[in-house]
Formats: sequence, C-alpha cells, structure tokens
Amino acid sequence: MPITREQVEYVAHLSRLKLSEEEKDRFARQLDAILQAVEKLNELDTDGVEPLVHVAPRRNVFREDAAGESLPREEALRNAPEQSEGCFKVPRIIE
Amino acid sequence: MRYEAVIGLETHAELLTESKLWCRCGTRFGEPPNTQTCPVCLGMPGVLPVLNKRAFELALKAALALHCVINRETFFDRKNYYYPDLPKNYQVSQNYCNLGRDGYLEMSADGGIRRVGIWNVHLEEDAGKNIHVESPGADYSLVDLNRAGVPLLEVVSAPDMHSVEEAEAFMHTLRRLLLYCEVSDCKMQEGSLRFEASVSLRRPGEEKLGSRVEIKNLNSIKAVTRCLAYEIERQSRLLREGGAVEMETRLWDEAGGRSERMRSKERAQDYRYFPEPDLVPFVVDEGWLERVQAEVPELSLGRRRRFVRDHGLSEYDARVLTEERAVADYFEACLAAHNEPKSVANWIMNEVLAILNERKVSIAEFEVPPQRFAELIEAADKGKVTAAAAREILGKMIETGKNAATLIEETGAETIGQEEDLAPIVEQVLAEARKAVQDYLGGKKKAIGALLGQVMRLTGGKADPKLAREILLNRLEEMARQP
Repeated sequence: MPITREQVEYVAHLSRLKLSEEEKDRFARQLDAILQAVEKLNELDTDGVEPLVHVAPRRNVFREDAAGESLPREEALRNAPEQSEGCFKVPRIIE
Repeated sequence: MRYEAVIGLETHAELLTESKLWCRCGTRFGEPPNTQTCPVCLGMPGVLPVLNKRAFELALKAALALHCVINRETFFDRKNYYYPDLPKNYQVSQNYCNLGRDGYLEMSADGGIRRVGIWNVHLEEDAGKNIHVESPGADYSLVDLNRAGVPLLEVVSAPDMHSVEEAEAFMHTLRRLLLYCEVSDCKMQEGSLRFEASVSLRRPGEEKLGSRVEIKNLNSIKAVTRCLAYEIERQSRLLREGGAVEMETRLWDEAGGRSERMRSKERAQDYRYFPEPDLVPFVVDEGWLERVQAEVPELSLGRRRRFVRDHGLSEYDARVLTEERAVADYFEACLAAHNEPKSVANWIMNEVLAILNERKVSIAEFEVPPQRFAELIEAADKGKVTAAAAREILGKMIETGKNAATLIEETGAETIGQEEDLAPIVEQVLAEARKAVQDYLGGKKKAIGALLGQVMRLTGGKADPKLAREILLNRLEEMARQP
C-alpha cells in the first residue's frame, strides 16, 4: 500500500515539522521506496526466530548508584535561547 | 438506574537512589533550579545513558513485592512526545517488555482480603518541572530540569476497583508496600508519589466497559478520592440524562474541586514507541532474582495478621502497629526483651506514638532504644514502679539517656507497696479530705476516686494503686461502722 500525503502530514505533525507541498510529495515517494525495500524482508521465513532487540551482544551494562558533579548552572543554561530566575524560559505552557 | 464504577490507577513513585537513572547527577529535592543537571539529563546530542543498578534493583524488588511475573530479559523503549520538561523529546520507559507483569496487591476491604490485579510494573525516567508564572500578563513559563532523569517506578493496576473507598484502600496499601520495601519515600508533598486514574461506568452485571476517562494531575490520595467521587457523579449524570460519556483525558483542579477536559481521545497521542537503541537489554538471572526476593520484607498486611495470630493483639492494635514498618520493628524488638505483647503494644501506642506525633518525628528519631524501653515496661508490669511513675521515668530516659533501673534508683521512684508505708499517707488523706469522706460515707461510692487521687498525689504517683485502694476501703468501712 503506497504511502499517502496524509500519512506524511501526520508523521510530520508528530515530529513538529513544517513541510512544503513539494516536500510532502517527495517524502511520500521516498518513504514508499524505503518501506518497499524493507518489505522484501517479509519474504524470509522468521518462524521461531526471536525478535532482535539490540545488535550489540552485551547485556547488563550498569553503573553503581553514586552521585557525582553536575554542571554549574550557567553552563547548563548556556544554550538556552532565553533564561530567567535560573530556569529555561519557554513560551507559556497552556494545558 | 445505578451504575457500577470501574476504576484503574497508575501510580508513579520516585525511587530512593542517590543519583539519577542514566547519569551521576544527584536526586535531592528542593535544590536551586537547574543545579542537578549534566549533558546526559539535559539531552545534549551524542550523550549516552548508563543504567543505575540500584534503581533497577529497587524496581525489581517492588515488582516482586507485587507478586509479578518477572520478565527475565527486559529492555527499554522510547516514548516520543514534545513537552518543555522533556529535553530529549522522548522519555525512556518500558512498553514492549515491562520488568514485571501480571501481579496483584492484597489489601483489606470490607473486613476481608481483596486482591487488585497489577498489569505491569516498570522503570522509567521522570521529567523536569514546569513552573507556571503567575504574574499577570506573563507570556512565558519556566523549566527546571533537576528532576529530569530521576528514576521513576510505574505501577499500572487492572481496572479492578469499583468504589472510591476501594481506590483509596489500594493507594494506602500500595504506599505502605513501597515504604515497607524502602523503594520510595512516597512524600506526596514533594511529588515522590503521584497518581493517574481512569474511570468508566457500566450497568451492573454488564461485561463490557464503558467509555474510559483518564484523569491526570493527582498529587495526593485525597485529590484522587475527591476527583473519583466527582467523576463518577459527572458520568452518572450524563448517562441518566441520556447522554454519552466521551473518551477523553481530563485534568483535575484541586483548588476548584472539579476536572476539565485536557484532550479528547480522537486526538489521542501517538507515542511511536520503539526499543531504545542506546541501552542494551538487561537480564535477571536466578541468583539475582533470589537475592532481591530475599530482600522483600514481610508486608504490612501479613505482619498485621501475624500480630493478631501470634501475639494475640486486637485487629485495631495490630493495624496501628503495622502502619509503619519501623514501628512494627520497634514493637518486635521490645518483645524480644520482654514478651508481653498486649502491655508493650499499649505502651507504644499510648506513649511512644503520642510523643512522636506531638514532635512530628518518626520512630527512627526516638531516643529510647527498644531494649531499654522494654526494661521500663517490665518494671511497670512487675509492679516495681506504677504506670504513672513509669511515664515520668520515660520522660527522664528521653532527657538523660539513662536506663530505667538507674533512674528508678536515682529518683526513688520505686512503688510504695508496703502497707506500713502507705497506711500513714491514707490516714493523712482521710483527715484532710473531709468532704470526699463524707460523700463516700453518705453513699456516693464514686468519691473513692478522689481519695485515691489524693494518695497518688501525695506519693508522687508511686503508691501501689491496688494496695492503696484496699487500705482506703478498709479504713472507710471501719469509719462507717463507728457511730
């Protein structure tokens, strides 16, 4: 089933992306091609094969629970476009 | 037409760790904004999370305490959504393979034991805190990311509850369980324990569930109970008036005592979950599982039943003493030194808990260790000191840190239990309290209380009350016989 423009618009909205009309058409075509390529995998018989969660063979990578240094606040806020009272300043949040 | 409520609860509890879930930033509450952050919890490009082992173990312990099936190989997923308190634009949580599933919580309800199903227990990261600026005309909000990345336990119940009371019992029981297991401090005023409720109504006997309404922003058990009562009433009214309940998410306004629509389910969020590629899977082997299982303590309900069965306590006493694990531990430590459960229970409930309550501290801060407290109770039980004197001595034990025997000796608090010592005091009272004596002889038998009180006062509470009463009654009888 080909990818529709509506699906592209939906996914763009979820990702808060603004796309031009030309981009919507182009991405629909490209996504379609990608999904067709992936679809090819369905030709394989995967009965009895466990889904792969991670490609790395390692398990249980932990750290011990010990608190260390945090960034100085000025450092933490340095990339913020705006700041106030030691906080990140963002457009008013309306629930 | 009466409707049956169907209630499910999602509980979030911050885990008791020193550091965050993926980085070494601290988790202390109330620090100045944005002083406990680093590139990892700020969501800077290129950083990698490393799981806090303690957080994983605490979540495992909670899952075991809730009788869950443990997924022995588990992994994390990304939950994608945009909100200013979520710096990565996704929350690392568990969706496809939760640490625990299909468990239950036992609680007491209607004089019996009820089991509420637990659908799943999993581990995730907390978000930061949005600060809504109150000043008029302010067109911005502030974000503090100290809490971003704090380890959070999520417990999802089955929709097994049918009344506000059941939901309330569930929340209290779950809170006690988390406290008993020492996985969370459950301080609701600090946001360590938070709830989300889902409610639907259906006609009694019907299998199918009605349209479900979810309610967020519930920061206390009281808020949940108020909101559930409000929501059940709101939906009942809608249905009675021939309307339909719409599937939606509502926000509880605690100050206003009402809920408001947040979003309808038609615009339900699509979180596009997928396995977190930055973390490898986690495997719990047999040895580890057994170790953590062994750390799950006897829970409040089991302990309560045991206190009734083995120690012969009343249901009420057992409930009060098992409310907090540390108090139950203290009680049992006292019993180890002086095995008189009823007496020890009374002393703890009437004296210790009253003192703690007045000082608003926990039993961990109580100065008298159980062994020493038991010695004092034993002295009182054996009549070495009177109850009144023992209470005085307890006060001095707290002040001075000395033991009961020393203080009894030092203050001469020993009970006056010999007739020749008490008789003169009784005579003095009879001579002074003429009115009470007249009352008694005139038939007001209650006046004995006033006379006994005088004896106790004169002896500083040290008179053996039984003996004092006996001598008083004998003397009064003699007086009655005399013309």
